[in-house]
Amino acid sequence: MKLNGAEIFVQCLQEMNVRTIFGYPGGAILNIYDEIYKAKFLRHILVRHEQGAVHAADGYARVTGEVGVVLVTSGPGATNAVTGLATANMDSIPIVCFSGQVSSSLIGNDAFQEADTVGITRSCTKHNYLVKKVEDLARIIREAFYIARTGRPGPVLIDIPKDILTQKTEHVYRDGRVDIPSYRPTIEGHTGQIRRAVKLMQKAQRPVIYSGGGVILSNAAPELTELARILGAPVTNTLMGLGGFPANDSLFLGMLGMHGTYEANMAVTRSDLLIAVGARFDDRVTGKVSEFAPEAEIIHIDIDPTSVSKNVKVDIPIVGDVKHVLSKIVELVKESTFRKQKPDYAAWWGEIETWRRRECLKFNQDDRVIQPQSVIKKLHELTQGNAIVVTDVGQHQMWAAQFYGFERPRRWLTSGGLGTMGYGLPASLGAIVAKPDEQVFLISGDGSIQMNIQELGTARQYRLPIKILILNNSFLGMVRQWQELFYGRRYSETDLSDMAAPDFQKLAEAYGATGLLAERPDQIEPVLRQTMETPGMVIAEFRTNRECNVYPMVPAGAAMNEMILL
Amino acid sequence: MRHVLSVLVNNEPGVLTRVSGLFSARGFNIESLSVAPVGDGSSSRITMVSHGDSQITEQITKQLNKLIPVIRVVDLTDGPHVERELMLIKVSAEREMRAEIMRIADIFRSRVVDATQVSFIIEVTGGSDKLDACLAMLSPLGVVEMVRTGKVAMSRGEKKT
Repeated sequence: MKLNGAEIFVQCLQEMNVRTIFGYPGGAILNIYDEIYKAKFLRHILVRHEQGAVHAADGYARVTGEVGVVLVTSGPGATNAVTGLATANMDSIPIVCFSGQVSSSLIGNDAFQEADTVGITRSCTKHNYLVKKVEDLARIIREAFYIARTGRPGPVLIDIPKDILTQKTEHVYRDGRVDIPSYRPTIEGHTGQIRRAVKLMQKAQRPVIYSGGGVILSNAAPELTELARILGAPVTNTLMGLGGFPANDSLFLGMLGMHGTYEANMAVTRSDLLIAVGARFDDRVTGKVSEFAPEAEIIHIDIDPTSVSKNVKVDIPIVGDVKHVLSKIVELVKESTFRKQKPDYAAWWGEIETWRRRECLKFNQDDRVIQPQSVIKKLHELTQGNAIVVTDVGQHQMWAAQFYGFERPRRWLTSGGLGTMGYGLPASLGAIVAKPDEQVFLISGDGSIQMNIQELGTARQYRLPIKILILNNSFLGMVRQWQELFYGRRYSETDLSDMAAPDFQKLAEAYGATGLLAERPDQIEPVLRQTMETPGMVIAEFRTNRECNVYPMVPAGAAMNEMILL
Repeated sequence: MRHVLSVLVNNEPGVLTRVSGLFSARGFNIESLSVAPVGDGSSSRITMVSHGDSQITEQITKQLNKLIPVIRVVDLTDGPHVERELMLIKVSAEREMRAEIMRIADIFRSRVVDATQVSFIIEVTGGSDKLDACLAMLSPLGVVEMVRTGKVAMSRGEKKT
């Protein structure tokens, strides 16, 4: 059957089982939009800015585990998408982004709305394509989905010149399977290395499991939990790994790293075996690399070979899909004599309990001023830990990570790698589009929410009942915290108190949402309850303690056990 | 340490930019780079020379392998291999200098590939040291311009790269 490029685009999306797409139309992709108009199987969500489209697709991908799909036009449409792509790239989120391009004959001529999109996005995507012939379009789309979701997932961009969309070629419907000889991710871990890892586990006296976003991406939370419980070993998660191990389990030490718990950071520093699972030893986790886990032998399981021994030298690298490797390890541990001769970790847990007694997450309660931590704690209590929680970036993000206990994977959406302010609102829209029956809470700050606040329009248009909690301290809080601690309290350009934010209640009203305000601690619970009970979108503002800091904190460049505690 | 990498890639537009962009984005240094299609033209061979300790080289190799169009990366430095480079040198060749220039070209087993009343172009191939030495000999005679290809390399014996 002969189809034109735009028809092939829609056919391929159907082939890939895509049901939702986030985008913004423009001249270069009008032919595709015309086909979308006819395609009944496809739901298009019109965002207000292309960055929002990519973050929304990212949120959709994180909660579903499927590929998020984005459609933007040429030039500014594509350049606006860059931050979203870079965010997804750093957090390994599978996205396929289609960008329109000027007609082939105009490429390179500085045509209207032309940008070198493939050049611009090369370093912030897993791979990208410029379609040169309509005959290549279907193959490229199939490859893009395959590359995005396999191996270490990531965003893939396809730049399609306008003329390709009108040219016709023979199209054959196929399943999505492709074969790219130069791209063969290693899925199975090396058996010998796995055996060596199990032997190390058998002799360790002070093991710690340190798990990251890879556990979530590979759907390996059950295997991780099983291994931890068989070993009886403590578990700590990275920011991206929260939910990969139940936070209410007695083995859980909390998050580690710059704003991790005292017990997690001390345990890693004292450990004699660190089992790193789908985590990449980010600088926010390791602190001073030379003093990171100095006594430990390190096992590192990761699907991406470049993550292994990049920042920290590991003793047993196991390249492979986390789920496969953990299953194999669990199997071997069960077969071994491990259960009968289980190492005695009593002394180790004794040390850990001493660190736990430090209660590093306690904070000063006050009857007059709202402490931001108490809002998150109360939210956890009222939602019983069942909500999907999305954040922006800053202090509120760290408090959400510290105080909302995540029991399951894919309930925690945050920009970990790139730290993108403005991620939260559009990502929460993607999450609720994917999971309309779930309660989706966006926890944001007065600074972050204003970075993509235009997406309230998208929420209104599609009646997306997200619950937005703004922890308003009238500061760019995390920057202010650094200025307080390391720049002599010189709050250069971080004070947002002087009419620098909108009236959030009126803003809610303008977008057809319900606006709520809490100014005193006793209003936290009623406002949260009202937020949960009110149908539709709610914006609840909490005026919080202005100079509250996130503790514990490991200063940049310091060792993990050199924490600033309250 | 100096490393010679042989990188086999799909011969498609933009692949060289991906490879060189990876080096600049990650702060790795490229000393020399040469590329041309091989076989039936569906793939290209890139030979790159870079410097770094073993950890940096390991990262370079892994990062190259991670690029989708990269088929194979081999660090030739690890084993016996042959390295060659080609250089063209244009020297000013006035009457009395012509014989001297040709004598030097002879010593380095190079050839004069272009001759005019005022200049020669000499083609030299071999290891970098040889090319450097030839250039050093010709420089006092008046080198007008020169161009080098960068190294190409191949492992010795049966091993395939």
